[in-house]
Amino acid sequence: MGLFGDLTLIGISNGLIYAAVALGLVLVWRATHVINFAQGAMATFTTYIAASLLDRSVGYWEAFVVALIAGFVAGALAERLLIRPLNARSELHPVVVTIGLLILLEAVAGAIWGGSERGFPAAFSRSGLVIGGTTLDFSHFDLFVLVAVVVLSGAILGLFRYTDLGLRMRASALDREVARLLGVRVGSLLTLGWALASLAGALAGLLVAPRVFLSPNNMDSVLVFGFAAAVMGGLESPSGALVGGLVTGLAISYVTGYLGSSLATVGAAAILIVVLTLRPEGIFGRPAARRV
Amino acid sequence: MLTVEGLSASYGAVQALRDVSFSAAARSVTAVLGANGAGKTTLLRAMTSLVRPTSGRVVFDGKQMTGLAVEQVVRHGMAHVPEGRGVLIDLTVEENLRLGALARRRPRDLRRSLDRVYELFPALRERRRRAASTLSGGERQMLAIGRALAAEPKALLLDEPSLGLAPIVVAQVMEVVRGLAEEDGITVVLVEQNVRSALSIAARAVVLNLGRVVADAESGELAGDEQLRHHYLGY
Repeated sequence: MGLFGDLTLIGISNGLIYAAVALGLVLVWRATHVINFAQGAMATFTTYIAASLLDRSVGYWEAFVVALIAGFVAGALAERLLIRPLNARSELHPVVVTIGLLILLEAVAGAIWGGSERGFPAAFSRSGLVIGGTTLDFSHFDLFVLVAVVVLSGAILGLFRYTDLGLRMRASALDREVARLLGVRVGSLLTLGWALASLAGALAGLLVAPRVFLSPNNMDSVLVFGFAAAVMGGLESPSGALVGGLVTGLAISYVTGYLGSSLATVGAAAILIVVLTLRPEGIFGRPAARRV
Repeated sequence: MLTVEGLSASYGAVQALRDVSFSAAARSVTAVLGANGAGKTTLLRAMTSLVRPTSGRVVFDGKQMTGLAVEQVVRHGMAHVPEGRGVLIDLTVEENLRLGALARRRPRDLRRSLDRVYELFPALRERRRRAASTLSGGERQMLAIGRALAAEPKALLLDEPSLGLAPIVVAQVMEVVRGLAEEDGITVVLVEQNVRSALSIAARAVVLNLGRVVADAESGELAGDEQLRHHYLGY
């Protein structure tokens, strides 16, 4: 397989992780119209929890599940303890709070686990899959990333589309007052939105750690690319997050492969600017003027 | 029976309701009339806890509603169709109705609740898979009322259902509302600027001015009181 094929596979496997981050950002945005800048740091924190458990010879999958649960709980706590009491009158207030949480979590992670990079094991072999005698630049672990992210997005999409709970969550996101008038306990659903978002983030943290090592700020750049993916997808749409993640991953991979890795971030920004120029509402978003 | 006792409410420094009392009888329409800014919308919002009253209370079916959260009031069987209808236009017609049905007090067959609404408003059945944004103004009003009915409420609070509708559609909506009260036995509180239409179906009417009740009478009596009509209702 040529360079283009390899870059495509690398782009897809990275893009899936950006998609998981973007999914988390989208879920939080839909629920409370807040960008959670702390999402990456929260994911780093839960990944450290998994790493500590692994150090104490807890099984891999047990540690994996504990980290996901920790993410779910952390998201719920963040909404209940930080965002809701804020009762934000300005869009700026939650921005300040989530950036504060980002700094706090990274500092606390450094204090507990040290500032240096450490390894984090992959769930499956990181050697390339062999198909018809050629070794692909796509490992067993990449395949696991693919399955994990697709299953999570599918479950969240299915929740929204086919269940009563999901219908109530959509109604709460669209119009809180109307939802309450229909008997929906909006408050709990906003908390659930944050919890699911943070679970998606925790998954991204676990999936990215084997590639970039684990350190207190290892998710910073991943969050930036995830944010680009979420905005590209329209910020409101879970399927948009998935597509946005893949486009971002591919763009970065091609730019890195053909133009050099120093241009990767510039490439991502360029793609974002092009997409938003052509479709300011994002690929899956709807025009802002929709109230009739 | 739905009773409002000495209800007062304010928006910041502005007192929007002052000591409002009235009762709405079951199986009939009670109209709440008055000029713009008289406090009609605030009254409905205070009745379903969207606005916290500063004093007074709302009693429904012998239970005090004041102090309960909006969603609890709704689960007691009070449905509120807000001004501008509150249809969620990004959802389909049926999703809107399903949402309404989720609040019903006795979790009976969901399909049956929806079918009752479709019987009342056949146009909604034809469009049930479409986004609510594709509906006309009249259809949206039908959807908003239908969604409230899917919850199988005992009381229905309607805020200006005639707003922005063609006269013939207004007449249809009023006929539906009359039927809900007289045939289905729902207690209807109807806030309206369209005084003639409201009085045509209301048994009783309450007139608000600057947040106070200035008249509370049978609608025939009210329609005959030229001075009152001229003063507060502008015709």
